[in-house]
Amino acid sequence: MSAKIFRARHAMGSIVRGTALVAHDGFSARYDLDRINGVFSRPTHKLAGQSYVGKILVLDTAKGGVATAWMLHEMKSRGIVPLALVFNSVNPILAQGAALGDVSMLAGFDEDITAVIPDGAEVEVNPAMGTVTVVG
Amino acid sequence: MIAMKLDDEETDILAGKMGSVAQLALQHQVKVGEFFGAADFVPVTQAHLMADTESLGEAGVRWLEGLADIGDRRARVRIPTITDPRGTDFAHADLLGQTSGMLDLERRAISAFEKLGVAMTNTCINYQTIQAPTRNEHVAFGDTGVVIYSNSICGARSNFEGGPSALAAGITGRTPRYGFHVPEMRRATLRIQVNFTPTSLNGWGALGGVIGRIAGNYWAVPVIEGIEGAPRSDQLKHFGASMASFGSIALFHLLGLTPEAADLSDVAATDLPGLRVTKADVDELQNSYHTDDQVDVVVFSAPQLSLYELCDLADLCDGRHFSVPLLAVTSPQVKPDADRMGYTARIEGAGGSVLAGMCFYQSYAREISEANGWKRLATNSAKLVNILGGYGYRPMLASMEACVDAAVSGKLARI
Repeated sequence: MSAKIFRARHAMGSIVRGTALVAHDGFSARYDLDRINGVFSRPTHKLAGQSYVGKILVLDTAKGGVATAWMLHEMKSRGIVPLALVFNSVNPILAQGAALGDVSMLAGFDEDITAVIPDGAEVEVNPAMGTVTVVG
Repeated sequence: MIAMKLDDEETDILAGKMGSVAQLALQHQVKVGEFFGAADFVPVTQAHLMADTESLGEAGVRWLEGLADIGDRRARVRIPTITDPRGTDFAHADLLGQTSGMLDLERRAISAFEKLGVAMTNTCINYQTIQAPTRNEHVAFGDTGVVIYSNSICGARSNFEGGPSALAAGITGRTPRYGFHVPEMRRATLRIQVNFTPTSLNGWGALGGVIGRIAGNYWAVPVIEGIEGAPRSDQLKHFGASMASFGSIALFHLLGLTPEAADLSDVAATDLPGLRVTKADVDELQNSYHTDDQVDVVVFSAPQLSLYELCDLADLCDGRHFSVPLLAVTSPQVKPDADRMGYTARIEGAGGSVLAGMCFYQSYAREISEANGWKRLATNSAKLVNILGGYGYRPMLASMEACVDAAVSGKLARI
């Protein structure tokens, strides 16, 4: 099977490879996460109860307030952080948080990225190329 | 990715000629600016910085201390830079069940900010209490409620600037020119038609929540038609804060009311399709949160209360005796006036507490829930009910009057 490659208009960070955790839902570190235990905690979130630690989060858009700008950095210091963020769109807060926390991030695709990357797929995020590749 | 165009001063800052703190700040701003395709920087006149210690954690406070301890006289903000609510009101930390570790972290963060020249205003209603920005004034504001009010009601220009970026803007005096600093990005992308005008603060908040959910992401700009009369600042405060919370929205236009939207053609193509929002939609949002009739705590916060809101609350508290805790949170600027006017004494005479300089959800909400057994929470803030679900609460939205009644009886009446 040939690898599927999707190209983003916005990118930062370094190359990472890992397992995709996928949902067509939003993301805010404050609103959606139990950052102590590393799981989605907002009862209405489509990933409620699932661990985000070390996963490549593939979601629709950034939600909520400004706290994520600090929280990704804090989560990374404890190793309770997603490996990368791959979103249809992001707000400035997520970009600022990824920049401070040094978390790889892609955003802005021609397709709905949550519909074309299967949950649980092995993917590679390459910010220099602006691509996410489904490798297995 | 296209590199941002830098002027001579910015080139010098990046080269470290203005010190390592300014260099680090501009490097951060370039990284964010180039991510969004910013062409260059725009000067800003004020910065507003969200940095509660629950968000910062030990790692964030150490990062701040690292900047502050460089000791370079140039490592200070160069424009007025003020703070959003802190993670505690030291005078009420015991009431909240906060630990000494939380308070120590808070003190360290405050010390670092003060060394960097940041003014500890500790407010999310700076547009009511410190200095509202003016039309077309470029600013770097943090709290989403502050940004949406400043953009929409004042006509100022800001993106959501998280704590690191707002601090960077304070230090460099500029911010990347993208998003709502760019006139074209301020045009409406969706049109909302309403056939009623809320009267209560929770009603305004719920309407903002419904519109925020519809709009759906940061780059959406709703233009709203059908609002009658002249809404008050507190009503628009709750409306905007909720819309920003539910939808990550940073700018809306009220046709015929807000400064950029005298006519529809000022902000949108006149054939932009409209979506209708009804009172039933607003009631549905509010009712969806009414999952219990018992309450453990009543909270007025998010945004901090104005002097007028505290006056209204004091009127409702006269002659009452609360059976569950009632917390009212305001800014350090409003609190002394509330004390002088007797509002604080009237609220506390009924058994409530008036806190200042913090916001409920920014004050270790999960830990204070566990410390106090607070799960079922009644509030008139739509923003607060949207946030607290992830912290393990069962938040319920109701009018200020119904919330005060709930503080007396322990039960929240259904509408």
